[in-house]
Amino acid sequence: MKRDPMHFIKPELMPRKVKGPDGVEFEVEPLRDYFCDAPPTVQHGAYLKIVEDFFNWARAQSLWILGFGTGCGAIEMRPLMTPRFDAYRYGIQWRPTARQANLLVISGYLSTKTLKRAIRAYEQMQNPKYVVGLGSCTINGGMYWDSYNTIKCLDQYLPVDLYITGCMPRPEALLQGFEDLKKLIRAGQAEGANRYAENFTWYKANQKQVIHDWDMPDYNW
Amino acid sequence: MHALYDRLKALFPVGEFTEQRSNLAFVTLPGAYLRPALLHLRDREGFTHLVLLTAVDWIEQGQFQLTYLLSNRAENRDIGLRVMLPRLGTVMASIHDLWPTAATYQRELREMFGIDFPDSPGVYEEFILEGWNDIPPYRRDFDTLQYAQDSYAQRPGRETRDPESHMKQQLYPGKG
Ligand code: SF4
Repeated sequence: MKRDPMHFIKPELMPRKVKGPDGVEFEVEPLRDYFCDAPPTVQHGAYLKIVEDFFNWARAQSLWILGFGTGCGAIEMRPLMTPRFDAYRYGIQWRPTARQANLLVISGYLSTKTLKRAIRAYEQMQNPKYVVGLGSCTINGGMYWDSYNTIKCLDQYLPVDLYITGCMPRPEALLQGFEDLKKLIRAGQAEGANRYAENFTWYKANQKQVIHDWDMPDYNW
Repeated sequence: MHALYDRLKALFPVGEFTEQRSNLAFVTLPGAYLRPALLHLRDREGFTHLVLLTAVDWIEQGQFQLTYLLSNRAENRDIGLRVMLPRLGTVMASIHDLWPTAATYQRELREMFGIDFPDSPGVYEEFILEGWNDIPPYRRDFDTLQYAQDSYAQRPGRETRDPESHMKQQLYPGKG
């Protein structure tokens, strides 16, 4: 049942000739033309510690969560973003696009199919950015420990800054987790994005080991 | 349902009849008679809705069982047609022209069990899995635990506890 990797390249990603609206034909190679392949780089702190501390204080006050739910835990985000638990009073908000978010919450089990999308979403986010893993499934597989299509250990594939335990974690646990994340950010310890840049080849190798139909560039921001 | 069974028996070589409830029954019949039986049920007996099409892997008998569940909404009763097929190189005729939704079920069965439905639209496209490289995962000879251990990095130190005795130990340490 082994298949040749070209099998997975979707037709819209194949190099081909297209005709523009002005009738001129030209060649496109989507994987080269539509994406940037340059690997991420490490972002160094400011030249003075006090300035970096100030930046970190500001970053901690400004958490924007990408509205992307993966497992059962996504259901807990609804009470959290509505009046019942109202995370907005802690300065935490949701955004609909990766370009405007800096916190990726992996809210439960991740099938390899979703992992692919989560990686893309993460790579499209701007620095500084953080990853929080929610629930047992992201930590050690949880009740999906013997499932054939979920990953068992999120930090092998994405740089996790903080895990919140539980199955599923209640909104209160999330609020507590976000407060802890703020402490980490203020202490300058939420360095996931830099870890990702430093160990980029290691992360990519792990990702490609489980995503068999890799049909995107290595880094697609 | 017995009256319906008698009418079916007069027309097709139907086998075993199981009445689960007064308005739900299952009959087994050979694959070659499936299509005429479905047509008869749909057009003459009012079973106009295909509720589901699913498979069971009877690995010990070397057979797949396909179940076509039909519903007669007007009379509020359901009938399931069972077809047994050999497990090796399983091929079944598509019924997407009777119910278009069947194409989706057939695509799923091809991916998850490896049951082939030639002519069913899009049946060879990936349905849920992406880049799957092993035998279809719902077949019972697929070892999901082994696959999970081979494919995914595990966090060491995971242990499983019996919830009842663990909580007793936590809440009342030292007592029984
Ligand atoms: S940890 Fe529990 S609640 Fe969260 S995704 Fe896994 S099974 Fe669902």
